[in-house]
Formats: sequence, structure tokens, C-alpha cells
Amino acid sequence: MSDTLPLSIQTNRRLEKWIRFDPDRTVHLAVGKVELGQGNVTALAQIAAEELDVDLNRIAVLSGDTQDAPDEGQTTSSQSIEVSGRSVRLVSAELRARVLDRLAQRLNCSPAELTVEDGVIRRGDAPTGHDYWNFSAAEDFARDIEGTATPKPHTAYRVVGRPVPRRDLPAKVSGAAFIHDMVRPDMLHARILRQPNRGARLVSFDEAAVRRAERGEFRVVRVGDFVAFVGPDETVVQRAATAAPLHAKWDNVRQITTDQQEAAWLVGQPSNDRMLGTEIPEPRTHLMEASYSRPYIAHASMAPSCALAEYRSGHLSVWSHTQGPYPLRASLANVLGIAPDVITVRHAHGAGCYGHNGADDVAVDAAVIAMQVPDRCIRVQWRREEEFGFEPLGPAMHVTLRAALDDAGKPVDWTADIWSATHVQRPSTGGNMLTHDALPTPPPDPRPTDPPEANGGGGTRNAFALYDFPVKRVIHHLVLRPPVRTSALRGLGALPNVFAIECFMDELAERAGVDPVEYRLSMLSDPRARRLLENLAQRCNWSARGPAGSGRGLGLGWAKYKNKAAYAAVAVEVEVDQEVRLLRAWCTADAGLVINPDGGRNQLEGGIVQAASMTLKEQVRLEGDGVASLDWSNYPILRFSDVPEISTEIIDAPDQPTLGMGECTFGPTAAAIGNAVAHALGARIRDMPFTRERIAAVLLK
Amino acid sequence: MIALQVNGKAVSVAGDATTPLLDVLRNQLDLKGSRYGCGLEQCGSCMVLLDGEPIYACSREIGTVAGRSITTIEGLGSVAQPHPLQQAFLDEQAGQCGYCLSGLLMSAKALLDRNPSPTRADIVAALDKHLCRCGAHPRILRAVEKAAVLLREGNGS
Repeated sequence: MSDTLPLSIQTNRRLEKWIRFDPDRTVHLAVGKVELGQGNVTALAQIAAEELDVDLNRIAVLSGDTQDAPDEGQTTSSQSIEVSGRSVRLVSAELRARVLDRLAQRLNCSPAELTVEDGVIRRGDAPTGHDYWNFSAAEDFARDIEGTATPKPHTAYRVVGRPVPRRDLPAKVSGAAFIHDMVRPDMLHARILRQPNRGARLVSFDEAAVRRAERGEFRVVRVGDFVAFVGPDETVVQRAATAAPLHAKWDNVRQITTDQQEAAWLVGQPSNDRMLGTEIPEPRTHLMEASYSRPYIAHASMAPSCALAEYRSGHLSVWSHTQGPYPLRASLANVLGIAPDVITVRHAHGAGCYGHNGADDVAVDAAVIAMQVPDRCIRVQWRREEEFGFEPLGPAMHVTLRAALDDAGKPVDWTADIWSATHVQRPSTGGNMLTHDALPTPPPDPRPTDPPEANGGGGTRNAFALYDFPVKRVIHHLVLRPPVRTSALRGLGALPNVFAIECFMDELAERAGVDPVEYRLSMLSDPRARRLLENLAQRCNWSARGPAGSGRGLGLGWAKYKNKAAYAAVAVEVEVDQEVRLLRAWCTADAGLVINPDGGRNQLEGGIVQAASMTLKEQVRLEGDGVASLDWSNYPILRFSDVPEISTEIIDAPDQPTLGMGECTFGPTAAAIGNAVAHALGARIRDMPFTRERIAAVLLK
Repeated sequence: MIALQVNGKAVSVAGDATTPLLDVLRNQLDLKGSRYGCGLEQCGSCMVLLDGEPIYACSREIGTVAGRSITTIEGLGSVAQPHPLQQAFLDEQAGQCGYCLSGLLMSAKALLDRNPSPTRADIVAALDKHLCRCGAHPRILRAVEKAAVLLREGNGS
């Protein structure tokens, strides 16, 4: 049995690490996945309430704590409900079964005679006088999880599958709610003078000049090329840090040229190359080919990253909006040269991160300062230009698709040729913490890797088209020396790959003279995908789609995220003149058993808006010593006046395993916009973002 | 000392007159609901009301609001007693990470105070200076429409 247990349980076998009954008649559930604005903690509470048969409001959840919660690695890849949810379900079912088994023995009856209502145990219609709180015993918890208890059938669900309001939202519309708002005893504020890049050396720093610019009280903490301004008044340290770059001289500063900001620059750079899929040579005839691209993208959290750290009596405590408290603890131990067991990392809420942003790096900043200034709590908040300038970026990607066609215009041989830097560069996968590079003993050069195919791949995520082509291959060039640090951004390579595949399918359908939906369905045997596309086509009134080139367009795209997770199809209606205006969007998704339908819809809608923003507006600008788009005016995102009405439908499939919905709309949205704009213009834009210049360029062709 | 009204109460704050209002609210008055996002009047996370009109607290110097009246999200309502606007946001689950919401709510409050029956276009225009990275925009627009109805029906405070 144990080999089929979810990874979270395999690495956290003790039941007491997950769950207990507290004396105030609540259930304490501890999980390693953290709330990032996606509502996963609310959904996990629903699963526990369902299996235990207690009211949802009795479930208190502790999430992300290296002392008191299980290690579930990173909160990434739409895995919270798939992996943690499955674990919570098994753990809760097992605890319920254990308590009922013991009580059945005591009462000399069968466990099947016992029922639970809000934690109170009955035998048939009669009360037993027992409940979870007065009957459970230490022996129920102090044990390894067996994973053999049978969870409820979905037909018996009362809490799972119902829309439930998010637990954390009331505080967030009312006042203090975030790590940024935490106040600890003896707290000092800190800001950083950032090393421009790995290898840059601070040759002179005129502290007196900074003190002339800001006369308030602060101290300068310097460790190698890491410089921090620390003091009791946040305004003072912010001003000192703002003034500082002018008075710092660096050697060995990198120089970036603007051509390096484009995805096209990647092609031909030094790379690790591999080929996946059918091992026969590509045909040389009847080939159609097109290239698509996405530039570097910022996570662009609304809040600059923030962390608190304090070093007292030989123990380091860190509060962070990290995606992974345990992996961050390992990074801190490595950077600081101390043992992991003298470090505690606790999760606190931050703004949405959408992947690997500055969260972990700012925690290292705070910890390095705390080791220099013990017995005080050090609160570091990055400045806005620091977040834009130094967070890891979503990598640019260049995708060329080639297809050999049969006489009917259908692909018989399909190749995706991908150029991209790494999509995941955390310390556990060969990357470095930003601060570590500035310390006296910096780590070795990063060793770029990409997630394995078993985890969905990185640059290759969704690269294999899911159509019934006889031959498919993927050529992956992992670019070794991109101009900037890259790491995980929502969906990894899925957005550029699905954009390319689904746009190319429209181009091939047009060439074959076949309606794009009909063309897709003629090569699609997966029944769930067919149902999805047919549902979406009907809802967006596809059959009434007008001729191309009218200035108004309707387009669609679909994907099964990671080729193994949630299905989503998106259609978009646009109007294009000098710019693209989104008029309406429709989405149909199939994510198996849905825990919180409203939470799921929120994720689908948010994914559509964010992917639309990236497709239409976003590109990180690179120039000089690094990122040149350092504020919102230079990194515009979609606004209220740009956002369309969105209609979502989730296909009911409660008998199928749950599939996370956080990333499934990303690729389909970009593709739908690409296809709708091509339909509106009668000409295609293949490079994101769809700027005025690119619209004008295809119209002039 | 600089004297002003915050959420209906008279307060005096120390420090120099160029300190950003946002820092005073957060660090001297312990009103953490107004949030730092950019410091450049570009995102709206810090929006508060000055004599009923939305202003960016991140760049507003405290010396320029002496004697005037500031309203923050804490002055709107609380978890225990939410304002109809806050209630409408919760009813519609209008948010994901929630960082942008306190500022958005203040602009929405100013709008509904001067226009109890706004059109969708009026709401978009009032909120367009605010950024939301999670993509909760459609829900936020629905929530403001719903709050307008709640307030007109007299469920407001």
C-alpha cells in the first residue's frame, strides 16, 4: 500500500504531524502547502471536515511551519489539492476509522453501526456519550499512517463540492493581514543596497554621503558585498537605501544589450540539447513551419517581498511568504553555515507570487542581517525597483513548430524545437540565493537544469501536442547562459508551448480549408478533450463565427495542463484596430472532482486575466546592468478597462481524481487571443506581447 | 507635532513633515490596512480618503494633510462589522491574494458616496488607477455593483 501513498505522506508518516483534536472542540490540521491567494487552505479544510464529519468551522489549519507542520516541499505546479488534498483525505479518514474502531470494541458493536455528526458519535439513533474530543487518545495519533482507511465515496459528500468562502479574505479586506503588517518585539527595519549582479565587487561606498542624504538614525551592516541599512524608523532606512546606489561604485558589472531581451536572441546560444519522442529522422518534404515566442516575464507581485528574522539564544526564526518553508530552511542553513535544526521557518501571507519571486531571497537578506544583529527582529522589505530588478524572471522562450502534412493537410510528422533558459532555478535544483552571491564566500556558478518530464518538464511543459499525430518529437535547447536569472513562473513552458501549438493548428486548418474546431476534432481521440471543445464551441457560438479580416475576431485554444492534469479550453472575442480589445472570454474546464467550485472558478478567471495581460502587454526590458523596467509604467499589466466579461463552466466529473486548476487556463488563453487576433486581422502575430508596433507590422505586410 | 483626523479621531503625530502619510498610518498609528506597493502612485495599494477623496498615501507628505480628515480601510469596517462594501467583496469572493483590495475598497467608497447608482463604466473609471495582479477584476466590478444595491436598499451603515 505504502508505495501508492501520496508523496506528502511518504515523507511525513507520523499521524500526529498532521492532525489532532484540541480541547476547545476544534480540529487542528497542519499542512505543508501554503496559501498564496489561491484558496488551497480553505479547500484542504473542506476535505478534512468531510472525512471527519465535523463542521467546517471547527477545522483550524496551520500551514507552512518547519516546527509544527509536515514537509510538503514547494507549493507549486497546481499540486496542493492533488497531493496535499489526497493526503489530508487519507489522514482524516484513517483517524476517524481508528477512533470508531476503538469505540466499537468498547461498545462491543460493529464500527459500521457508529456514525459521526459534527464530531459527536452515535450508535444508530442513540447517543454514545462520546465524541472525538472526549474519546480520542494519544494512541490514535502516535503512530505511522497506514493509508488503508477507505475515504467516503463522492456520492456521500456534503462539504466537498460546495462553494465555500475563503477563510483568509475577511482580514484582507479589513486591515492587517500580511507578513508586511507583522510587528515583533524589538523590531528594526532594514533595506538593502543590492549587488548589481553575481561577481560584481563593491570597490567603494561613501557612507558619509548617504548619511548626508538621510540624517535619521540607522546603522550600516556590511558582509562582503552585501550592504544593509538597519534602524528603528522604516522611512529613514528606505530613504538611505534609495540614496545609496549613487554613492556606491561597483567593479565587474555585467552589460546587457537590448537584443538580449528578445526571445530570438536565445536561438543558437550555448545550450544543452536533447531530443524526446519518436526517434526517426524528420522528413524533408511537405513541411510547414512557424516560430512563436514569449519574452522575459516578471511575476510582478503587488507587494514587494518581505521577511522577518530574529536570532536569539542560538536559534534563528524566520517568517516568510515563501512557497516552501522546508526548502527555504535548507537554503538558509547552507548560506549561513548553520544546522537546519537551529532554524525555524514559518509561513506568513504575502501578495500573490505566481511562482518563484523575491520571497526566498528577502528571507535570506533578513537572516544574514539577524545573524549580525542578534536579539532583535529584523524586518526587510524590498523596494519596488528591487522587486522588478532582482526577482528571478519567467524565461523567454522561442518555439519553432514543423509539420509534414498528408494530402488532407493533416500532420503526419510533428516537431517542436524549443529554445529556453531554465524554468526552475531554486537552490535545490542548481540555483543560488541572490544574497549568497554577495557574501564573502559565494556559492559555485549555478548549474542550470530543468524539471524532469515526470514532473511535467520546464521548457518542454505541454510541448507534445495531444493530437493523434503518428510521429511527434521535441527538441529542447536548454540555454546555459541567459542574461538574467530565470526561474519558475506560473505554468512554466506551458504558456509558450500551448500558444505555439494551438496557433499553428489554426494556421494548418486554414491551409487545409477546414474549420479550426472541426480540424482539431478530426485528430483528437481523448473523450474528455472532445467534450471540452464541443462544450466551448457551443457556448461561444462558434458556428456563427464570421469571416476573417473584419477587425473583430473569435479564437480558441485548449490544453491538458502538463499533459496529465486539468483540461481547459478558452475562447476569446476581440476587436482590433491599433490595439487589441478583449470583448468576451469563455472557459470550459474539466478538473475531475472539484473541492471548492467557487475557488476553482476564481483560479480559472484569474489565470485568464493574467495570461491575457502577458500576451497583450508584458515584456521585461533589459538594458545596461540589468532589468530596465523597474516600475509599473515601464511594465504595464492589464487594467480594469482592459478586462473582458468572463464566463466559466466546470464540467462535473466527481468520479475522476482532482486536478489543480491554478495554471490550466494559461496556455489556452494566450492561444485563444493569438487566434482571435489573427481572425480579426486576417494576419497573424506570433510573438508576444501583441503591441501596437506588431499589429501595425502584420497589417503592412 | 502634526494634528489631523484619522477615521474620525483626532491624532497628533511626531516626525518631520515630509514623512509619507502611509508610513505614519502604518508605523505610528498601527493602521496596517493601507499597503505599500510601489511608492510611485502607480498601483493604488495605499489608497486612502482625504476629506472623502481618494489619494495615494505612499507619496503624500504628512505635512500637507495637517488639520484634514483621513479615512483608511479600518475606518470603513472590521472583520466583525464589515461595511456593505466589504460584505459585498466577501459575498462575491472578489479577490485572490487580497493585497490590492483595501486600496480598491477606498476608491469604491469614494465613488459610491458621490454616485450611489454608478454604471459599470463609472465603476471601471473609478477603479482603473488600481492594479490587481491576480486577475480578480470581474469579481471586483460585480462586488461594487452589489454594494451599490445594498447601500441603496438601506442596508448600509
